[in-house]
Amino acid sequence: MGVLILLISFSIVVAVGFLLAFIWSVRTGQYDDEYGDSVRILFKDDKPDPPVSM
Amino acid sequence: MAKEGSIACYHCGEDCVPTPIPFDSKSFCCSGCRTVYEILSQNGACDYYDLNTSPGIKANSRETGNRYAYLDQEEIRKEILEFSDGGISTVKFFIPGIHCSSCIWLLENLGKLQKGIAQSHVNFAKKEISITFHDDSISLRQLVELLVSVNYIPEISMDNVRKKTKRKVNNSIYFRLGVAGFCFGNIMLFSFPEYLAGGDFIEGVIVTNLRWFNLIFSLPVILYSGNIYIISAWKGIKKNFISIDVPIALGILALFLRSAYEILSNSGPGFMDSLAGLVFFLLIGKWYQGKTYEALSFERDYESYFPVSVTVLNDDGEETIIPLGKIKIGQRILIRNQELIPADGLLVKGEGNLDYSFVSGESNPVNKATGDRIFAGGRQLGSSIEIIVEKEVAQSYLTELWNRETHEKFTNPKITTLISRISKRFTYAVILISTGSAIAWFFIDPSVSINAFTSVLIVACPCALALSMPFAYGNTMRIFGRNGFYLKETQVVEILSNIDTIVFDKTGTLTQNDDFDISWDKLNLDAKERELIMALAKQSTHPVSSAIYKSRTGIINQTVEKFEEIVSQGISGIVEGNTIKLGSSAFVNTNSTAEQNADGNRVFVSFNNELNGYILLKNKYRQGFSNVISLLGRDYDLHVLSGDNEAERERLSEVFGSSKNMFFKQTPHDKLEYVRKLKLKGATVLMVGDGLNDAGALQESDLGVSIADDVYHFSPACDGILDSGRFETLGNFIRFSKTSVKIVKFSILISLLYNITGTTIAAFGLLTPIIAAILMPLSSVTVVVFVTLSTSYLANKRGISKRYSTPK
Repeated sequence: MGVLILLISFSIVVAVGFLLAFIWSVRTGQYDDEYGDSVRILFKDDKPDPPVSM
Repeated sequence: MAKEGSIACYHCGEDCVPTPIPFDSKSFCCSGCRTVYEILSQNGACDYYDLNTSPGIKANSRETGNRYAYLDQEEIRKEILEFSDGGISTVKFFIPGIHCSSCIWLLENLGKLQKGIAQSHVNFAKKEISITFHDDSISLRQLVELLVSVNYIPEISMDNVRKKTKRKVNNSIYFRLGVAGFCFGNIMLFSFPEYLAGGDFIEGVIVTNLRWFNLIFSLPVILYSGNIYIISAWKGIKKNFISIDVPIALGILALFLRSAYEILSNSGPGFMDSLAGLVFFLLIGKWYQGKTYEALSFERDYESYFPVSVTVLNDDGEETIIPLGKIKIGQRILIRNQELIPADGLLVKGEGNLDYSFVSGESNPVNKATGDRIFAGGRQLGSSIEIIVEKEVAQSYLTELWNRETHEKFTNPKITTLISRISKRFTYAVILISTGSAIAWFFIDPSVSINAFTSVLIVACPCALALSMPFAYGNTMRIFGRNGFYLKETQVVEILSNIDTIVFDKTGTLTQNDDFDISWDKLNLDAKERELIMALAKQSTHPVSSAIYKSRTGIINQTVEKFEEIVSQGISGIVEGNTIKLGSSAFVNTNSTAEQNADGNRVFVSFNNELNGYILLKNKYRQGFSNVISLLGRDYDLHVLSGDNEAERERLSEVFGSSKNMFFKQTPHDKLEYVRKLKLKGATVLMVGDGLNDAGALQESDLGVSIADDVYHFSPACDGILDSGRFETLGNFIRFSKTSVKIVKFSILISLLYNITGTTIAAFGLLTPIIAAILMPLSSVTVVVFVTLSTSYLANKRGISKRYSTPK
């Protein structure tokens, strides 16, 4: 049954990964503007490549 | 939106009055809207119109001229730019006009309209745009002028510029919530085997190991997520104040210490799942309570009203632009048409025609001659004037009032929250019961004593109690917001339910700024001649002219020749052979001695150079005004404070029932003092105002509500902003706030019942982890569901839950 402990440990590692992903998403402001993102994805994408900034 | 039968503008969707302007086989209401369309179609940006029907904002065809010349000044440019290096700059603007997906599309495709814009990104929730551009292709001023040309006018004020550095998002509540949720989920899984009957399925060694995991996962909960409660309770106790956080902190500590002891000594499973759940639920409440309207600002002061810069003239009459804060006493400054007077000063050149309505509440422009003293805050209408500054901006009459008074606010002792009144007694009761049962058990069976003591602390932790208020008031605030009444924070709901006195400002609050009652009584003209006047008025877009034109009954299509408009003076033209002049007394007939503005806005009329009298325009009272007042008058003590003259006393007292509490010619300072006096007499005051002249009173009152035609534009610091279109529902909001306080009281009763049940079990030493793990979430969920559903249901029943869309 010791394998259970091993599996639990692995699952915790995975879960911590998701927690970090959540913290990263908050930090990068992905929840700041829910409406904007929801319509932006529907826009026709005919933008030229963004000019290379120096 | 366009009325039935009339043509809607392709750009903004408003009525095309008087006649549509055809262009490219589409109809436009004004040349401004047409120009915007032209710009967009030339640049292949017509997707704008495909995303939404008529998404534009009505353009007030305005020439920018030198309006934004100050943006070329290096000093100001530096302050406004977020970042600038190596030819690339980034700037952020607040644009109140952003309202739909078309706006986002256009603003993010600005590069199509103009070379040099590398990237633009809209934050819809904040109505903010961030633009990165190449300095050598486009200047900051050109960029702003581009935005103005498509009628997305950025708000640039001293205040915005200064806040740039202070704006920092606080995400810690999300991190706390995330960590607590993560630990809660894991701890629940690890605790589950404990609850399986008998525990035969799982080997003991695994269960014990899982307890260790629980202990590890509980550390971030108590040290990071939950520490705010312990810190806040401790701070409160040091100040001799027992808040709801005290029993919560006691519960959290008791849970953790006892569970840690049980796990370390291998004597029991502990209550770690309850601990994590408790903190998680409490944080959800805190987050819900903290959600506010991001695009609205409740903290504005005179700084957001004043411009960023002023034009200074040197001895040779040369113009230079300097930031507002750098104005010095004795400097000569130039104020153009529609510009604000930034500091008190002496008028030295030109004719002052100053609109102080926002500052003093006086509805009619004030004439000032050379040599007169001018107070800051007025808006010059007409030709340019020059003034010599006498006081620095911060020392001006208006700003000084503001600076001084905010420090000395007299706080009403009656305003303490329901929860804070309860929490004190609650805490004492919890300590009493827990110590009581500990002592009792000490004599019966000493081994249970400490167990019973901690159990009571654990189970009495007022989670449900602490959640009822955030959810009830938070939901109420959201319902209000959907109906055009925006509150600064959830606490305002409770204060609103406590008020007993309402003070109204008149101009702009009870009356509308852009609609007039028109009286033709003082004019000796027949209906035919009136039509000629309307035909002339049709030619002008000035609000007074359009009000006169709008009062027509039939079709007006007489042709007007030689039409002329002199800014802030009047209009003239030849209609069917008659030379007609419409405007101020000076414009129409220089010899007239008639008083200009005794009883409203007088528009003098002359036919063939003969004075005929005047048309009287009075600001219209808001829709439903008399209903609202008579309804509120039954339950509240009503007062009116007006900066205007007494012309309206009679009409107002008819509606208010008496003129006892009506005061006219009130300065901003008078208003503030009046509110203060009411408060000292023991009243709980709601102040309803709109302009800077009410700012002091709004701050001083227990609850300040400002009325705004456009809630995203400037309104003075207050606790709530009411959309002016919803004035008639003011009474409903106040009534509903009382309902929501009742709901909270009832939910407190429910949570106390849970607490009593739990405490009884605990006092008898019967509390097991599984009971705690069921009781605590159950009580919280019941209370949250109850308050949310009942506020929504009752709001729906009273018809105030429907979404009200702010007219654009």
